[in-house]
Amino acid sequence: MIPVEFDYVKVTTIDQAIAALKSGGEDSKIISGGQSLLPVLRLRMADPSVLVDCGGIDEMLGVREDGDSITIGAATTHHAVMSSPLVQQHALLLAQATATVADPAIRHRGTSGGALAHADPAGDVPAAALALNASFTIAGPGGRRTVAAKDFFLDYFTTAVGPDEILVSFSIPKCDWGSHYAKFNRTAQAWAIVGVAAVVNVEGGVIKEARIGLTNMAPTAVRASTVEAALVGASSAADITAAAMHAADGTRATSDLHAKADYREHLARVITARAVRAASGI
Amino acid sequence: MTAALDTDTALGKPIRRKEDAHLLHGQTNWTDNIQLPGTVHMAILRSPMAHAKITKLDVSGALKQTGVVAAYGAKELGELNGGVPCVWPVTDDIKMPAFPALAIDKVRQVGDCVAVVLATSVAAAVDALDAIEVSYEALPAVTDMEAALASGSALVHDEIETNACYVYKMPCGDYEASRAKADVVVARRFINQRLIPIFMEPRSVVAAPMGMSDEITIWSSTQIPHVLRVLLALVTGIPENNLRVVAPDVGGGFGGKLQCYREEILVTNLAKKLGRPVKWTETRSENMVATHHGRDQIQDIEIAATKDGKILGLKVTLLANMGAYLQIITPGIPLLGMFMYPAIYKMDSYDFTCTGVFTNKTPTDAYRGAGRPEATYAIERIIDELAAEIGMEPMELRKKNWITHDEFPYTTVAGLTYDTGNYEAATEKALAMFDYDGLRAEQARRRASGDPVQLGIGISTFTEMCGLAPSRTLGALKYVAGGWEHCTVRALPTGKIEVVTGTSPHGQGHETAWSQIASSILGVPVEDIEVIHSDTGRSPYGMDTYGSRSLAVGGQAIKAASERLVEKARVIAAHQLECSATDLEFVNGSFHVKGDPSKSQALGAVAFEAFTAHNLPPGVEPTLQAEATIDPADFSYPHGTHLAALEVDTETGQVKLRKYVCVDDVGIQVNPMIVEGQVHGGVAQGIAQALFEGAEYDEDGNLLTASLADYLIPSAADLPSFDTATTVTPSTTHPLGTKGVGEAGTIASTPAIINGIVDALRHLGVTDVAMPASPQTVWRTIQAAKAGAK
Repeated sequence: MIPVEFDYVKVTTIDQAIAALKSGGEDSKIISGGQSLLPVLRLRMADPSVLVDCGGIDEMLGVREDGDSITIGAATTHHAVMSSPLVQQHALLLAQATATVADPAIRHRGTSGGALAHADPAGDVPAAALALNASFTIAGPGGRRTVAAKDFFLDYFTTAVGPDEILVSFSIPKCDWGSHYAKFNRTAQAWAIVGVAAVVNVEGGVIKEARIGLTNMAPTAVRASTVEAALVGASSAADITAAAMHAADGTRATSDLHAKADYREHLARVITARAVRAASGI
Repeated sequence: MTAALDTDTALGKPIRRKEDAHLLHGQTNWTDNIQLPGTVHMAILRSPMAHAKITKLDVSGALKQTGVVAAYGAKELGELNGGVPCVWPVTDDIKMPAFPALAIDKVRQVGDCVAVVLATSVAAAVDALDAIEVSYEALPAVTDMEAALASGSALVHDEIETNACYVYKMPCGDYEASRAKADVVVARRFINQRLIPIFMEPRSVVAAPMGMSDEITIWSSTQIPHVLRVLLALVTGIPENNLRVVAPDVGGGFGGKLQCYREEILVTNLAKKLGRPVKWTETRSENMVATHHGRDQIQDIEIAATKDGKILGLKVTLLANMGAYLQIITPGIPLLGMFMYPAIYKMDSYDFTCTGVFTNKTPTDAYRGAGRPEATYAIERIIDELAAEIGMEPMELRKKNWITHDEFPYTTVAGLTYDTGNYEAATEKALAMFDYDGLRAEQARRRASGDPVQLGIGISTFTEMCGLAPSRTLGALKYVAGGWEHCTVRALPTGKIEVVTGTSPHGQGHETAWSQIASSILGVPVEDIEVIHSDTGRSPYGMDTYGSRSLAVGGQAIKAASERLVEKARVIAAHQLECSATDLEFVNGSFHVKGDPSKSQALGAVAFEAFTAHNLPPGVEPTLQAEATIDPADFSYPHGTHLAALEVDTETGQVKLRKYVCVDDVGIQVNPMIVEGQVHGGVAQGIAQALFEGAEYDEDGNLLTASLADYLIPSAADLPSFDTATTVTPSTTHPLGTKGVGEAGTIASTPAIINGIVDALRHLGVTDVAMPASPQTVWRTIQAAKAGAK
């Protein structure tokens, strides 16, 4: 269908973006790759009066090394993220999760920051960002602030980014642990029914530490903290399977056409065990 | 007749498709690309309710919006609110409720058309829909077929006082006697779920009054320009000779564009009323609710057999969901399956009953295979269940009961006479390609070790009836139209050939295949042949494309017309070469005097003589052309053996298709590459029904799978590479020896997949799995079987 008429502003700096958001008022909306926003507009499920296009802000593009972490501009496309040598070397889990997003056409337009700020509970990138302890740089009228991953995702499609703010970039502490993103879906291009993002530190065949993010098990991506604690000291497939039995603990899985909540919870347990085994090599 | 089928001709060669270059170069002429000066665009206000009274409808607000030219509800439209036609009243007492293009007083499905706005841009038309005032009073939605037939059910159509559209019975032999004799009776209920035909190009229609004349030209993304012209003339009252229907490039149909849609009626009538071009293109969201759906049958099937596996009889009782209204051949779809439940098997009796049921859902109609996939699914599933019941290898049970190759022609218990077939040959070839024994051994190992991933082998030995159809047969089934096909072949003065066909391709490759047929007879290179189609102004006679009929029927007409052209040319050539026509032989496009190689005349030279008409034999008219209108002698009966090996992850329920082997027998192949393409697409679409697709409604009649995010269609990434092969058993009732291929893969593959899943899990106590076999469904089936076993 055709969206309701809207104004379009293309900006080249963060300050311009913030000014445009301010002058557009509550009905203004940031557009980057547009892969989530445009379908919503075309279905007339939203009717913003102004779209502020931040795809041309240099500061929001590309991946750079920042001492012990790497920083990814929010408007960097999924394709650029997953094929970045820096990401592959220091945040492989992000590349693995990003590679499962939709299809190549969408990954060439859609952006990593867009996916994070959109915060679809079924999106793949948020769980990876959580497991990698990402931090988010948000700019607004009052300046810039940094928000930790655990404080970033607030609710369904809701993040710490305020209506007058913009996500500039996110940073990931370099991580050389074993990693794996297991996405369970019905067709290659479908959203995850359940996804599990795992990074695991293994020393001498024993798991020292693990961080696990779950996709689509709650209104936001969540950490499987009970599993993480139970995995410490695990050294066998049986240990991992036992720890993964806690994968649904504390989650709030929903029921939809593809999966009822109890099946999602079951899948979380099965898929978590598989993801951790793949990540740890155990 | 001496068609040059035995010489080295284009026939049977896998040449590349002529039509692909313009598709690949983006030079297609889709209906939505047509831009005519003065066009107004139509947008449709559709019902969000499945069943409701329209308590208020006021379109006047829309008229005040910028760019709006007109707006209509049913009241404003008056006599121009034409009714959607149904041409297949299957019984004398069938209930055929009115189906006005714009709903009158009541809506009966989500997506029913309530009002239309016409504006100078699409955006203006869509925006103005918001200015229409409409309110509804909800009525109870009828969504379940069995509940719909129970007394006291809400009625989809009050005036017919029942939700039963018709009851059709076909008793063949004495099933009760067979049942009484049987050692074993296996009964199952299968749900053949509702599907949505997802063609790539959404529907689109443009109608335009053509200036100085009274003609209205209609461009529509349709499979049936010729039939549509007749129906639009009947519905709108516009004289048929003032209507021209063109199907430009059409991006797929699968039966979904075998229709005379309400939107086509509205656009045609409004173009005439407004005196300017009117255009409408559906959105994918509209497509999901307003394009007709397919399948949706509850199948109760019962098979009676001896304990050593001899089938005695079959009983089939169907509930077929019509949806809210009857469209072009809605009631007849289950009847196309009716003949095919006995399939390739010999038996004494067969009892068929089908009840058509109205519900508050989108109407159903033809979808790739139309009735035959449902039949094949049920029979191939119950054969496996019978095999399990009597402890027989499922392929052995099939072999014991199928018609052997030396028994053809064979008249089945359902009354069809299969002309030819060789189920043994196709099966033997498929088994060899599949490594059947090796996979069975792996299956045994996985079972013994309790592997969480179990292996299943699924079999489907299918046949089908296609190439619709002998006109008399269609008449006997109360179908209103015939099944003939027409072709005109013209040799132009420069030697180029025009083949004018009544078939209407929408992706199949007719231009290439038809050129190959004509080339093989005329001896003219394929590139010198132009196939003209899909335009009632240029190809005036035809019955269009559906039911795998285009080659099976249309091909015969091309052959006959080409041969007639050669015979006319022979008379002219004989005159030119001063010999008797019987002294001429026609080889590679030239007439040669037998015994005198120096004397010959090419077909192109004959065409030029026919054009100048300076020196024609007495009584021979100028121009070199011939036509043929052929009514087929019978259906064609392609068959094949499809084998699937699949892995079922018992921990998650996910099914992974590992290997798919199919050997199809579609008779003589005009272009094996196109055949293979049809098989690939068909197999994918059948697998889609088994694993992915299913239209789901809630109890209020809302379509839940209303977008492609929820209605899952597989892509290449979800399917293995198919191993296809063919056997060739020429049809004896079709002069080219061809059979249809368009639907075969879809008909065959669905039961192969489900049989494979059940085969993988049968040792766990699983005896059936519902379609689509989503991971959740398979997992819950396993859980239920385990619980039952405890």
